[in-house]
Amino acid sequence: MCRDLATEVEKLLLQPSAYVRKKAVLTAVHMIRKVPELSNIFLPPCAQLLHEHHHGVLLGTIMLITELCERSPAALKHFRKMVPQLVHILRTLVTTGYSTEHSISGVSDPFLQVQILRLLRILGRNHEESSETMNDLLAQVATNTDTSRNAGNAVLFETVLTIMDIRSAAGLRVLAVNILGRFLLNSDRNIRYVALTSLLRLVQSDHSAVQRHRPTVVECLREPDGSLSRRALELSLALVNSSNVRAMTQELQGFLESCPPDLQADCASGILLAAERFAPTKRWHIDTTLRVLMTAGTHVRDDAVANLTQLIGGAQELHAYSVRRLYSALAEDISQQPLVQVAAWCIGEYGDLLLEGSCEETEPLQVEEEEVLALLERVLQSHMSLPATRGYALTALMKLSTRLRGDNNRIRQVVSVYGSCLDVELQQRAVEYNTLFRKYDHMRAAILEKIPLVERGGSQADEEAKESKETAQLSEAAPVPTEPQASKLLDLLDLLDGPSGDAQHPPPLDPTPGGALIHLLNLPCAPPPPAPIPNLKVFEREGLQLNLSFVRPPGTRTLLLITVTATNTSGGDVTHFICQAAVPKSFQLQLQAPSGDTVPAQGGLPTTQLLRILNPKKAPLRLKLRLTYNHFGQSVQEIFEVNNLPVETWQ
Amino acid sequence: MIKFFLMVNKQGQTRLSKYYEHVEINKRTLLETEVIKSCLSRSSEQCSFIEYKDFKLIYRQYAALFIVVGVNDTENEMAIYEFIHNFVEVLDDYFSRVSELDVSFFSAVNQVFHSTWQRTG
Repeated sequence: MCRDLATEVEKLLLQPSAYVRKKAVLTAVHMIRKVPELSNIFLPPCAQLLHEHHHGVLLGTIMLITELCERSPAALKHFRKMVPQLVHILRTLVTTGYSTEHSISGVSDPFLQVQILRLLRILGRNHEESSETMNDLLAQVATNTDTSRNAGNAVLFETVLTIMDIRSAAGLRVLAVNILGRFLLNSDRNIRYVALTSLLRLVQSDHSAVQRHRPTVVECLREPDGSLSRRALELSLALVNSSNVRAMTQELQGFLESCPPDLQADCASGILLAAERFAPTKRWHIDTTLRVLMTAGTHVRDDAVANLTQLIGGAQELHAYSVRRLYSALAEDISQQPLVQVAAWCIGEYGDLLLEGSCEETEPLQVEEEEVLALLERVLQSHMSLPATRGYALTALMKLSTRLRGDNNRIRQVVSVYGSCLDVELQQRAVEYNTLFRKYDHMRAAILEKIPLVERGGSQADEEAKESKETAQLSEAAPVPTEPQASKLLDLLDLLDGPSGDAQHPPPLDPTPGGALIHLLNLPCAPPPPAPIPNLKVFEREGLQLNLSFVRPPGTRTLLLITVTATNTSGGDVTHFICQAAVPKSFQLQLQAPSGDTVPAQGGLPTTQLLRILNPKKAPLRLKLRLTYNHFGQSVQEIFEVNNLPVETWQ
Repeated sequence: MIKFFLMVNKQGQTRLSKYYEHVEINKRTLLETEVIKSCLSRSSEQCSFIEYKDFKLIYRQYAALFIVVGVNDTENEMAIYEFIHNFVEVLDDYFSRVSELDVSFFSAVNQVFHSTWQRTG
């Protein structure tokens, strides 16, 4: 319908009656929105319509031009020539005095002004020349508009938006930022809201200018209004830099304590991120993270725990300090899961430092062994603890068994109780630890050594992957039969060097939940290397013997190498000797070229041929051999199946 | 770009609605109830601009009647705010001290709205 009527509408655009023209222009706007291809029809009349006096038609024309420019770059170029004219219109609007028909609370036709400004914004974007023409005008509008009423503020806001978008002079941009700063101080919340939104857009490009208004922004954090405080939060997080990080974090943490729950997650992650980027000292970083965990523990991201443990692990001098702080935090409150997890891990790792008693950085805290154990047991039994947290606590208890000087009966008791826990993960851990106590007590100290610093790998999954990669790189001996109740395979590692107390290369111990492998040290008794498989004599006829020798290479479990050796003890040579082999379908066979096709007589050099058999399904091996040769002038063909293949060839 | 213009009273009854983008009939009531709910839950201290789904709501309360305008991101919120007030002033002039009854019973409101709307873009 639009296409049919477009030409009609165009004609109506030039009607004498202003009312008809106004309607026609608005129709044109809607048509362009629906069918952008009609723009070439409506381009020509626009120039003429700009000379209108009637504000309604003028406004409609501006809207039409805006729509045209937004939808077609050709129209944009065309209308750039009209920038001076638009500037002139706006100037007359601003400078003419009071006119009853068009003024709203002292501002003459703010709607038209706003619309012209918006069009100027579109025309001036990325275009130096037009932007320059507009500079003066924008400055004039910005300074002359009366800001006591909302209409004036609306015009001013649009001016600021335009200044931000076009290629304006630096002075003009500073002016824009100052206007926004003034808005921020206004008591009207609406104005503060728009100011915060625009400042957020500006902060990328004019960072230093926005920094000047930082105190006001921080004030806005305390607003009871949800949308305002959210905007203020985003802006504050964007404004944090290395010089103001301490003050800002203080403010943000205050906000975290009082803000509504939907903002807490954002705020917590924001603080943690800022702390990571700008932390002045490691101790400050640990402190900040601790505080965030204590206030908003349930809302932090999943990797916060991993990051914190890594951080503490890396800061050697702060081990005593962190373990004390975590201990006191845990003693007060065991409901915040991430905090409990980190605290449990830390107490497990550095329990000995906790009990030593002296640390300059915190108040002296006398902690008894029994208290520590009681606390960890409380965590284990609390209904608020997640299964993962329980895992952490159990492992920590186990580690303490080597760190504490007292006897381990209490720990052994707890561990054996959890051996019948309903949670499979916990049960498995408990059983493994139990076995550690009973059968491998001599290895316990070495296994529960301190963890070396894991490389920063991003998420928990990455860390686990790295752990398993590390173990794969370390030399492995052949696998050992599994623990009676544990379902996972235990890899034995060769002891690398030195006694178990060596802090340089302790073997890695993985405490992460969803437990990966437990690596036991390989002390004196290494398992024996795989026994060699005996050779097999498969064929004998008139002096010609065929022997098979088997090799299972240690790296690949599915490969079998057979060497066929043909020896001739008779008087005559065996010539044209060909040996072929066949295996069941699930196997893959590769025959390599024989060393020769003549087996010389009288025990001469035997002929060898290599067979490679791949047995991915580990099925029992069956082998059929076919021999053709000439012996004593006769051609012989033999087909037979190899029986009595030793079990080790395919298991 | 303005998406819709609503006049809804506190009990959730729509007195005037204009949609500038196609929204199905059954979805309209749902939209209106949700919008009025978010506006009602605001106290007088909070600002008049709400973020709702992918557009912004600008509302103003006049006694028991809420006037809500839904816009997309490109609009100047303050200008729309002014527009709402301008519209109310025009109505006031037309009906000489307009009240909610006038709005619900007189179809002339539609006309007035259209004219103001054109006038102010």
